[in-house]
Amino acid sequence: MSGFLDALLLQAGYNAALVMIGSGLLGFAAGTSGTFMFLRKRALVSDAVAHATLPGIGIAFIVMVLLGGDGRNLVGLLIGSAATAWIGLLLIEWIARRTRLAEDAAIGAVLGVFFGIGIVLLTVIQTMSAGRQAGLESFLLGSTAGMLYSDAVVIAIGGSIAVLATWFMRRPMTLVSFDPEYAAALGYNVRRIDLTMMGLVMMVTVIGLKLVGLILIVAMLIIPAVTARFWTERSNRILWIAGCIGGVAAYVGAAISASAPAVPTGPIIVLVTAVMFVLSLIFAPVRGVSAAIIRHRRFQARVHRRQGLLSLARQEPIREPYTLRLLAREGLIRPDGVPTEAGRAQAAKVARDERRWAVAREVHQDAGLTGRYDGLTPIEDVFTRDEIKDFDRRLGTPFPVEGLA
Amino acid sequence: MGPRMTRSAVKIAAEDGQDLRAAMPPPDSPLAMRGMTVSYGEKPAVFSVDATFPARSMSAIIGPNGAGKSTLLKASLGVIPRLSGEVWVFGKPLAQARDRIAYVPQRASVDWDFPTTVIDVVQMGLYRKVGLLGRLKGLMTAQAQACLDRVGMADFAHRQIGQLSGGQQQRVFLARALAQDADLYLLDEPFAGVDAATERAIVDVLKLLKSEGKAVVAVHHDLSTVRDYFNYVFLINVRRIAEGPAQTAFTAENLNATYGGRLSATHISELTLSGGAA
Repeated sequence: MSGFLDALLLQAGYNAALVMIGSGLLGFAAGTSGTFMFLRKRALVSDAVAHATLPGIGIAFIVMVLLGGDGRNLVGLLIGSAATAWIGLLLIEWIARRTRLAEDAAIGAVLGVFFGIGIVLLTVIQTMSAGRQAGLESFLLGSTAGMLYSDAVVIAIGGSIAVLATWFMRRPMTLVSFDPEYAAALGYNVRRIDLTMMGLVMMVTVIGLKLVGLILIVAMLIIPAVTARFWTERSNRILWIAGCIGGVAAYVGAAISASAPAVPTGPIIVLVTAVMFVLSLIFAPVRGVSAAIIRHRRFQARVHRRQGLLSLARQEPIREPYTLRLLAREGLIRPDGVPTEAGRAQAAKVARDERRWAVAREVHQDAGLTGRYDGLTPIEDVFTRDEIKDFDRRLGTPFPVEGLA
Repeated sequence: MGPRMTRSAVKIAAEDGQDLRAAMPPPDSPLAMRGMTVSYGEKPAVFSVDATFPARSMSAIIGPNGAGKSTLLKASLGVIPRLSGEVWVFGKPLAQARDRIAYVPQRASVDWDFPTTVIDVVQMGLYRKVGLLGRLKGLMTAQAQACLDRVGMADFAHRQIGQLSGGQQQRVFLARALAQDADLYLLDEPFAGVDAATERAIVDVLKLLKSEGKAVVAVHHDLSTVRDYFNYVFLINVRRIAEGPAQTAFTAENLNATYGGRLSATHISELTLSGGAA
C-alpha cells in the first residue's frame, strides 16, 4: 500500500514517474478524442483502427531490418502503424459509403482481416534472424516494462497535438455528431470532419500502442466518454470531463502497476477506468441507476397515494397492500382501514381537483394546458388561483375542506 | 418492358436538356433547379425535375410518400449528392449563396438524447458566423435567446433537449434556422407530429418571414392546410407534376396526377373546395 502511495506521489523512482506522467497525458488525450467517436456512435471504428495498426508495425519492422537498420526504432514502427491504420479507416469509410454493407459489417471485416495479416507478419518476423528479440508482441497488450524517455516525449507531443486539435475542431465535430444533415446544409464538409475525428483517434491509438497495446486502447478512448455522459448534459463539458476521467484513471492505473511490478500497465489502466464507469453508472445523480430507482419509487408512491385517496373519496375498498401501507404510514388511514380526519380531508381535495380538472378541460381546449392532466401534476401548478376559483364557480356546489381550501 | 422504359427515360432526359438551354431561372428566384436527378442505387428518387420557386412567398412541396419531396430538398442543398442537374439560389450557384439559406431538417433525423441544451442547439445556427474559434458569448447568446423567444421557447433555453416534446423540438430547430438570419428557409415536414399550438406558432413565424420579404419552401404532407398556409405549390411524384400559385395549381386534376388513385375523388373535391373558400 505504501508502495502505491509512493508511486501516486511520483516517489517510486524516475522510470515509474515517467510512466505515470506519460499515461496521464495519454489518458487525457484518449478521453477527449474518443468522446466524439462516442457521440457520433462510431465507438467500434476506433477498435478497428487500433487493430489495423498491427500489419503496419510488422511491415515497418521488416522494412527497417531489410534496410539494415534497427527494426525496433519506435518512430519507424509508429509511422508504419499509422499508415495501415489510415488505410483501414479509409476502407471502412469506403465500404460503408459505396456498398450496401452497413458500417458494422465494414468494421468487422476490416478489423478481422487487418489483425489477421498483422499476426501472420509477426509470425514471419519470429523466423527472421533479427526478429528473435523484437518484442513486437508487447504492442498487442502493452509493455510491462518501463518507459523510455523518448516514449514519454512521443506521448507528450502527440497527446498535446491531439488535445489541441480536438479543442480547435470541437464545434464542427459537435455539429456533425449531433446533426450531420444540418452541418452539410451549412456548408461543412461532413466527410472531412468525420475523417478528422477518426484521424485524431488514430493518432492517440498509435502513440498509446507501446503503453496500452492495440487490443485495449479502445477502452481508453470510449469508456471515459461513456462515464462522463453520466455527469453532464452539455457536449462541451463531456469533452473535458472525459479527458479528466481518462487522465486520472491512467495515472492511478500506472501508479498501481508501478507498485506491483509484475502487473501490466495497460490492463490495470483499463480496469481503473472501468471502476470509474461502474461507480458513475450506480451513483450519478440524474442518469445513474440508483437515482432512476429512487425516482421510480417516488413516482410509484405518488400514483398509489392518489389512487388510494380517490378510493377513499368514493368509499371504495382498497385492496392493494402497498397502497394501504403507504396511507397508514402517512396517517391517512387507521390500521383497520378506516380513514382518519386528515385522510378524509385529503381524499376530498383529490376528488375536488379531479372535478376541477374536468371543468378545466372543457374551458381550455389548449393542448398545452390540458395535456398536463396526468393525474399527478397538482392543479395549482398548471392554473392560477383565480382560474381555479372560476372552475369552482362553474362546478356550482362549494367544496368546504377544512384546512385545505 | 425493361428496354422500353429505358428508351422513354432517355427521350425525357433529352427534352429536359433542351429546357435547360432554353430557360435560365429568373435571378430573383430564391431557389431554382433544372434537370435535378437523384438516385439511390439505380432507382431514381427524383427524376429530371425543374422548379422555380418565387420570391417573397411560402411554397409547399407536395406529393405522396416516397415521391422524393425530402430528397429534392436535401439534394438542392447538397446534403445528398445529385446525379445531374443544376441549382441556383438567388440566381447564383449554391456554393456562393450558402449563407443565405437556413435549413430545418426532419425532427426525427437526430438523436434527441444527445448531451446538449436548447440554447446550444440554437447557437449552432451561428457557427458559420463566428467561425472555428470565435467566442459565442454576449451578443451571440442574446441573439440565440431572441430567436427562442420568437418561437415561444424563451423559458426553455437551458433545458436538456431530451426533455422536450415533439412540438418543442420542432420549435428549437426553427429557432436555430432563424439564428442564421437567412433569406431562404427550407423546411422538411415542419408540421409532422407536432401539436396544434406548435403548428400555429410555426405558421405565424413563417408568415412573418414572408412579410419581411423572405422565401419559405417547405415539404408538406397535410393537404387540408395547403391553401391556408401556402401561396405557391410544387407537386412532385419522382417527376415534377405541376407548379404554380396555389389558386391555379392546387387543383383536383393535378392532385389526381400526383397521387394516382391514392386519394378518393370526394376527398380531392373537398380539399380544393374548402381551400378555395378559406
